[in-house]
Amino acid sequence: MTKETEEYKGVWAFAEQRKGKLLNVSLELLGGGMEIANKLGVDLTAILIGHNVRKLAKELIAYGADNIHMVSHPLLEFYQSDAYAKVVTDLVNQHNPEILFVGATAVGMDLAPRIAVKLKTGLSAHVVKLEIDEKRHLRQIVPGFGGKVMAVVVCPTHRPQMTTVRPGVFRKPVRDESRRGNIVKVDVDITEDDLRARTIQVVEEKPKEKPLEGAEVVVAGGWGMRAVGGFQPIRELAALLGASVGGTRPSMDEGWISEEQMIGQSGKTIRPKLYIGLGISGEMHHTVGILDSEVIVAVNKDENAPIFQVADLGIVGDLREVLPHLLEEFKRTR
Amino acid sequence: MNFLNVIVCIKQVPDPQHLSKITIDPISKTIRREDVPAVINPLDKHALEEGLRIRDKYGGRVIVLSMCPPQAELACREALAMGADEAILLCDRAFAGADTLSTSYSLSLAIKRIGGFNMILCGNETVDGSTGQVPPQLADFLNVPHVTRARKIEFTNEGMVRVERSIEYGYMVVEVTLPAVIAVTKEINVPRIPTVSGILEAHQREVKVWTAKDIEAEEEKIGLAGSPTQVVDIFSPEIGRKGEILKGEPEEVVKLLVQRLHELGVI
Repeated sequence: MTKETEEYKGVWAFAEQRKGKLLNVSLELLGGGMEIANKLGVDLTAILIGHNVRKLAKELIAYGADNIHMVSHPLLEFYQSDAYAKVVTDLVNQHNPEILFVGATAVGMDLAPRIAVKLKTGLSAHVVKLEIDEKRHLRQIVPGFGGKVMAVVVCPTHRPQMTTVRPGVFRKPVRDESRRGNIVKVDVDITEDDLRARTIQVVEEKPKEKPLEGAEVVVAGGWGMRAVGGFQPIRELAALLGASVGGTRPSMDEGWISEEQMIGQSGKTIRPKLYIGLGISGEMHHTVGILDSEVIVAVNKDENAPIFQVADLGIVGDLREVLPHLLEEFKRTR
Repeated sequence: MNFLNVIVCIKQVPDPQHLSKITIDPISKTIRREDVPAVINPLDKHALEEGLRIRDKYGGRVIVLSMCPPQAELACREALAMGADEAILLCDRAFAGADTLSTSYSLSLAIKRIGGFNMILCGNETVDGSTGQVPPQLADFLNVPHVTRARKIEFTNEGMVRVERSIEYGYMVVEVTLPAVIAVTKEINVPRIPTVSGILEAHQREVKVWTAKDIEAEEEKIGLAGSPTQVVDIFSPEIGRKGEILKGEPEEVVKLLVQRLHELGVI
């Protein structure tokens, strides 16, 4: 780092695309990035890498970016760690932003740390909240120890301040077709050295069930569902409510849900209108992922279960007794 | 195929089954983990297992490296008991307070001192910090490629592996030239349980301890001094919810609950 921190200006976001579509989290980064950029009185810029991605660049403008640095190259259609890291590093070194956001996705968590070493700067992971302090520094609030502890991290003397942000933490902005911005096409040279780890195939597996992302209602289950033989009642309830199904790590280990349905520190952060947690004890590891829900409902047979500390409404009771009535009552009042 | 070394980086962490016992001392603002037993980070066991399988199939040596406080000697011994050929504990007060950049720098120097390697294996993330940042950062310090979230590693041509890495709703197939850093997920294998003779033998073996001086670390690049990020505050998350428990017979409380939800407009 060769300049004073004050000389770094601008909020940047890495916009991830896969198979010609922008990931939702990239749009969310623009939402959160815009707020921070406004507070700092600076531009919001997105980096977009892929092949034939101009249409996506225009989308990013519609979602709030002031500038796009667009890199389009046939070898960069899929994520290539060395090449992407080089491209982003070069752009950052040219333009000196003060902040760089990356979505905490499989790609983002693979890419951001490498960039941080090349830039010799600090990177915090899985940020759940961001604040700007009186010195224009970014206060990054991150969970640790499975969510039991929240830490406030700062990067006082190195720039840019980098952080990965979980899907669901920022809000996707409203799309505005009339927004204007600059799209800068950036030419890059890609050599064999940049493809030492070469992605040769991207295989997508469509989710078998309604995804958690963007769900208005989520019905989740934990280890307590053992008592009723697994997740069948949850799937029934979810079908009734048009809800997505989620769960805890133990539920995933039991095979009741897929990894994509796991909610919590190592899983998803959700922000539905309604979250119903059944047979979930409420360890921080899980609840850190539900705290942005509008209404949290819990059913557990243990009145001391930590879930009741985070719930708005709770029923202390045996799932074997409560669940049939719950299904019945939701059916009746539909 | 001629193999050199597989280096497996491991970390000793609080037992994830007991994470809820961790508390924050309100006065010193430090983390209290006395009641929590320490174990090898679960994903690191998968990494070690993968290294052992590679050795069992192709020959070579598995060297375990850990940058931790002194009590991690136990974790190193457990790795030896599982079958590692050598264990090195990078241990020095000077490493305290290191963030992932500083940690990766220190690990890279230790690896340079170890010498040639074909592969470095790590667990994809730890249960305490859970950043998953060290494997890619370590790779950059060593100027080798990396792959994270690896659920399958296959040897193809000489000096290359094909890795399946899991992504959201799918996976990527990545061809990597060795040497490389590969971070693994739990899908990759089932770690072996140390045998009784393995455990007994591990007691007799040496766990090498290296200090900052042994790896010729530059003072300003290690520990807190070498960390661009700093933790300035820690706290227990505040919740601020009403926490109303509905009491009564199941049929009644359920009726009440559903009524409330209709009133709140969430269903």
